Amino acid sequence: MGETLLGSAPAKQQIRAGERKGRSLWADGWRRLKKNRLAMLGLFIILLMTVLAIFAPLIAPYDPIEQLIWTEGKAAKLAPPSAKHWFGTDLYGRDILSRTIYGTRISLTIAVAASIVSLVIGVTLGAVAGYYGGRVDDSISWLINVIYAFPFLLFVLSIVAFRPASLSLVYVAIGFVSWPSIARVVRGQVLAIKETEFVEAAQAVGARDFKIIFRHILPNVIAPVIVQITLGMGSVIMIEASLTFLGFGTQPPTPSWGYMINQGREYLLSGQWWWSVFPGAAISLTVLGFNLLGDGLRDALDPRLNK
Amino acid sequence: MGAAPLLEVKDLIKHFPIHKGFIVSKQVGAVKAVDGVSFSINRGETLGLVGESGCGKSTTGRLILRLIEATSGEVWFEGRNILDLGREEMRELRRDMQIIFQDPYASLNPRMTVGDIIGEPLQIHGIARGREQEQRVRQLLEVVGLASYHARRYPHEFSGGQRQRIGVARALAVNPKIIVCDEPVSALDVSIQAQVVNLLQDLQAEYGLTYLFIAHDLSVVKHISDRVAVMYLGKIVELTDKESLYDKPLHPYTRALLSAIPIADPTLTRDRIILEGDVPSPINPPSGCRFHTRCSEAKEICRQEEPVFADAGGGHLVACHLVNRS
Repeated sequence: MGETLLGSAPAKQQIRAGERKGRSLWADGWRRLKKNRLAMLGLFIILLMTVLAIFAPLIAPYDPIEQLIWTEGKAAKLAPPSAKHWFGTDLYGRDILSRTIYGTRISLTIAVAASIVSLVIGVTLGAVAGYYGGRVDDSISWLINVIYAFPFLLFVLSIVAFRPASLSLVYVAIGFVSWPSIARVVRGQVLAIKETEFVEAAQAVGARDFKIIFRHILPNVIAPVIVQITLGMGSVIMIEASLTFLGFGTQPPTPSWGYMINQGREYLLSGQWWWSVFPGAAISLTVLGFNLLGDGLRDALDPRLNK
Repeated sequence: MGAAPLLEVKDLIKHFPIHKGFIVSKQVGAVKAVDGVSFSINRGETLGLVGESGCGKSTTGRLILRLIEATSGEVWFEGRNILDLGREEMRELRRDMQIIFQDPYASLNPRMTVGDIIGEPLQIHGIARGREQEQRVRQLLEVVGLASYHARRYPHEFSGGQRQRIGVARALAVNPKIIVCDEPVSALDVSIQAQVVNLLQDLQAEYGLTYLFIAHDLSVVKHISDRVAVMYLGKIVELTDKESLYDKPLHPYTRALLSAIPIADPTLTRDRIILEGDVPSPINPPSGCRFHTRCSEAKEICRQEEPVFADAGGGHLVACHLVNRS
């Protein structure tokens, strides 16, 4: 910024270059991220999906649950993509484009909600395990391993056997399986960072535990957690879609991608591909977006790449 | 040596327990990192502490600052045994005792600006806040040979030598009486080493600082120390003033270390004492004199009896059967 302002006065610019404000690792990371085209594409996809989710009522051409057979007649039933219905319609005469747009709401909500749940549980347990070590660490690590080894679908199925399927069940189930990956990352980082000399230096000047954890340790853990969360969002969306596809999770008529794929799957082979393919493409695109951004963030924020 | 020493360490011991077993874990042994170390440092003096890596010298430094809790022993500082102090008393005392670390890359938090790093001790001890703190940070930066505008930068924007200066400024911030220098120059280029050592000496002269200077390099220690202690496997084997240690080393281990210092004279030939074998494990140190497994002059008594750490004349302390035979 200073360079463009002072471009005409090279001598002055030199002095200014010496006195310039320092660049934080975050600023450095953002600079690297901006140069990464794929990551920026991923960011663009995610922003696009977010806009679609927030402004769905303004963007979607039709009401997602309105059955157009009543207004447009039989022709609106399983209509192929056309100028009127870009993504076609389903068996009940619902506009698939509108349903796909509304479907971003469920997917992104779940992604964000599950991420918050796993962030809170994962960071807390991971930090506690890493900082205090010993028995505490042993039990938390043991729990993490148990959950990793757990057959997730069986777990959900068994819960559903007792309780009716619902959206909150999906939150719980996804939160339950996704926090361990965060906890693992945080634990490992905390373990490494609490042994560093700058933490010892903070202890040597008399900083309290609280300050050491929040000022010295956690800020150095955030970067890998952001990467993990971003990559995790993609898989959360996949899990939600799979659960809904199997009939647990989002219930009709709420438009959800997994549910749409499930309903349309019987028509895939008989030629009415659009019912399943468009929501499927939406899932792929969103997950791709998160993965591209996550990979880019990993490259941009990884402190090992800083000299 | 009439006045009481500023810091006195008595029979300091640190054993790191080794646990085995998953659910029911039990202690199967201990790493005897520091095993009965005693020394004292006078006000304004520099005590060099040398030894091979793994001999417990860094652990000793950290024990004195209570960055690691000692297994047993006493550390007297200005009339108080600091190992007995409570949490808050210890926090207070940290104003008087500081540390400079070995690795200039790991010792500064990469997410904080230099100003925040140096300002943190000021804040914690309520020495200065706000504008006053900023001003003090600028002063400190200039004292260690950096520019005041560096306060706004981040550690990764500096070279190793500059970072070490930042570490020195952080230690100076609280106006300490004693600074533990834990191999402060071993990670630096030789050309930069001299600059940092000179800086430390200038600061000592100006602020009357006392140093415990830990190093594995006898030539650096020679330059800065008044007295030197040589450590081997958790124990001090020789402790005396600089002149007699370098001119008249008594312990075979010290002699071996000294013979390893290169001399800038290609025509000079001399007998190098090459130590054979590795440092024995501190989990199970050798019986008797710990050095006997590598000592070329070891006698039967060295295997059986542990030598006492005693005065061999003129305050030259040494733990060796061959010297203290009388």
